[in-house]
Amino acid sequence: MNRFGTQPTAVAAQRPAQAPSRHPTVVVQPTHGLAALNLRELWAYRDLLLILATRDVKLRYKQTALGVIWVILQPLVAALIFAIIFGGFAKLPSDGSPYLLFVFCGMLPWNLFAGALQRAGNSLIGNSNLISKVYFPRVIIPIASTAAVLIDFVVSLALLLIFMLIYQVAPTWRLITLPFFLLLTLLAAIGVSLWLSGLNVYYRDFMYALPFVIQVWLYASPVAYATTLVPAQWRVLYGLNPAVAFIEGFRWAVLGQSALTGEMVGSATLVSLVFFVSGLYVFRRIERGFADVL
Amino acid sequence: MSDIALRVENLGKAYRLTHQTGHARYKTLQEDLLAMPRGLGARLRGGNEQHELFWALDDVSFDVREGEVVGIIGRNGAGKSTLLKILSRITEPTRGRAEIYGRVGSLLEVGTGFHPELSGRENIFLSGAVLGMTRAEVQRKFDAIVAFAEVERFLDTPAKHYSSGMYVRLAFAVAAHLEPEILLVDEVLAVGDSEFQKKCLGKMGDVAKAGRTVLFVSHNMAAIQQLCQRGMVLSHGCVTFWGDAPSAIAHYAQNIQAVHSHSLAERQDRHGSQWLKFTRVAVCDNQGNEIKQVLTGQDLRLRFYYASGRTLQNANVNIAFNVRSPQGYLLTNLNSVDTANQRMDIYPTGYFECAWPHFNFRSGTYDCALFCEVQGEIVDWLQSAFTLQVEDGDFFGTGRLISRSQGDVLLPYQWSSHGSA
Repeated sequence: MNRFGTQPTAVAAQRPAQAPSRHPTVVVQPTHGLAALNLRELWAYRDLLLILATRDVKLRYKQTALGVIWVILQPLVAALIFAIIFGGFAKLPSDGSPYLLFVFCGMLPWNLFAGALQRAGNSLIGNSNLISKVYFPRVIIPIASTAAVLIDFVVSLALLLIFMLIYQVAPTWRLITLPFFLLLTLLAAIGVSLWLSGLNVYYRDFMYALPFVIQVWLYASPVAYATTLVPAQWRVLYGLNPAVAFIEGFRWAVLGQSALTGEMVGSATLVSLVFFVSGLYVFRRIERGFADVL
Repeated sequence: MSDIALRVENLGKAYRLTHQTGHARYKTLQEDLLAMPRGLGARLRGGNEQHELFWALDDVSFDVREGEVVGIIGRNGAGKSTLLKILSRITEPTRGRAEIYGRVGSLLEVGTGFHPELSGRENIFLSGAVLGMTRAEVQRKFDAIVAFAEVERFLDTPAKHYSSGMYVRLAFAVAAHLEPEILLVDEVLAVGDSEFQKKCLGKMGDVAKAGRTVLFVSHNMAAIQQLCQRGMVLSHGCVTFWGDAPSAIAHYAQNIQAVHSHSLAERQDRHGSQWLKFTRVAVCDNQGNEIKQVLTGQDLRLRFYYASGRTLQNANVNIAFNVRSPQGYLLTNLNSVDTANQRMDIYPTGYFECAWPHFNFRSGTYDCALFCEVQGEIVDWLQSAFTLQVEDGDFFGTGRLISRSQGDVLLPYQWSSHGSA
């Protein structure tokens, strides 16, 4: 027991023989293989999730002159640039809708998705001081980062309503399906983020690859163009990208015109679920080592 | 007899030693991809790849009963913090197990979760949630926390404008109002002014009196003595003593020495005329009490006792000692010539005292030579006269130990920002 030759004087002398009658609240031991997801514990920490998300929002625009206006300005300017370059110069088809509205509708879920990836991907490293000093389910950190991006989404959504008024697009019953497509977006975003953020702790390569991945993903998704531009024989493969379904889903719900098919929704839901569940398990598997590496 | 609160069995934690230095312990994908065939090859050959393992904690077993306050003492790197980190589930053990009966709260640092940009009010909720309190719980204790920290007037000021004292008070106040059944505390009392330290100790005492279990890591033997019934001494990852607190302190004190000056009076390998000879070296605190350990950031007084065959008044004395780093570099020389205070009296027996405020070397063993010249004549000169054993302390009074990767020496400093034309 003692490798250094020091003599134990009274080590564990009065260890009682009988086992404690109660059950331990927690057993700390090395775990092998897959750990339980322990969703109940996650629920117990829901206040932390909320507070970390609000912290992220509060901090984001501190010490900026424009403050919250950035939340409106960013998607607006981006949509305008897209409208001028792709709609104006390149004359990409927009399935008959006004191009600005078309592109804004696509950017709404895309910005949520990409923003979540960006923020959640680096969230664990950004919170290393917490991870190395206190215990809580680590999964809370990337999820809280995603939740913080939701605030931007809500602001953009209000902007969309204004656009609809300007372009006089009347809402239809389809609008009530919007929450479903929002959920799909979040499912995919959190699923991919769990993979990215966890692996990023061990391999900082992901930090550098991330902006590049997001950019490629943007062009592989129908944000600036319509899905109808993709040749029909490639649509099935194309539909494996969950972003296709949630972007087209948003357009379908808001504008009424879209190449959205049932198969697209089905495959996107499946792919997102696979990402989410596998991401959750992988995260739980590797989170035990976070404090030792960060 | 009360119930078990904590049962630890054969707990061990190994870290893989990498031959990189500092904190660059994360890998790049490239490294792992390149290493993969090698690892696979080794596995195919039936042998495990040999990693150099460092056991930060090795085969530790003990039971703690409900309501016991346990002090954990040991040198830096003895495994104290690793033990608390495992018990608070921040890191996983490599082997063994620990059964915990009750809700655990851990205070491994003052101000965990604090953010300088947020107001005091926001930080209370944030830090509370991070430490495991629900929003409702923080709400309920809010007034008590604010009163304890004495920051009522600054609740809506961003924490970055707080003085370091206020910051620490607020951070501790939040943590102090966490009401877990088992509290794990790591050295957080070493912060703030002495008035506030007293308050913190009082609060810890209350926690203990309320029947909760406390594990308390500290270098502050007085605090351990005052708060703890039981004591554990860790050394190189192993428990070397486990019993009542006073005995644990005695055991620890036996095995440490701030200064080693092995039979200084008897040494023959000395130079000089020898009518004055050094007999003993002692390290004292500010009050002149001899101390057993030197912490970075402490105010020290080093005393060099001597016996002299002559008595002189207002003599020209050049007394000096130099300090070599653990690697053997000469770091500094402290002498009475450079500071122009060489007029001193010589007594038949007495001591020269060197005051060294805010001691700024990091943990390690420092080798020191000792020299004395009176009226231009070398009287005693010893190489490796004594060694100083230094432990890392809270140099800046912030409640944190500074990462060793930041260098070997700490200096007092203060940053500020100025506009210029």
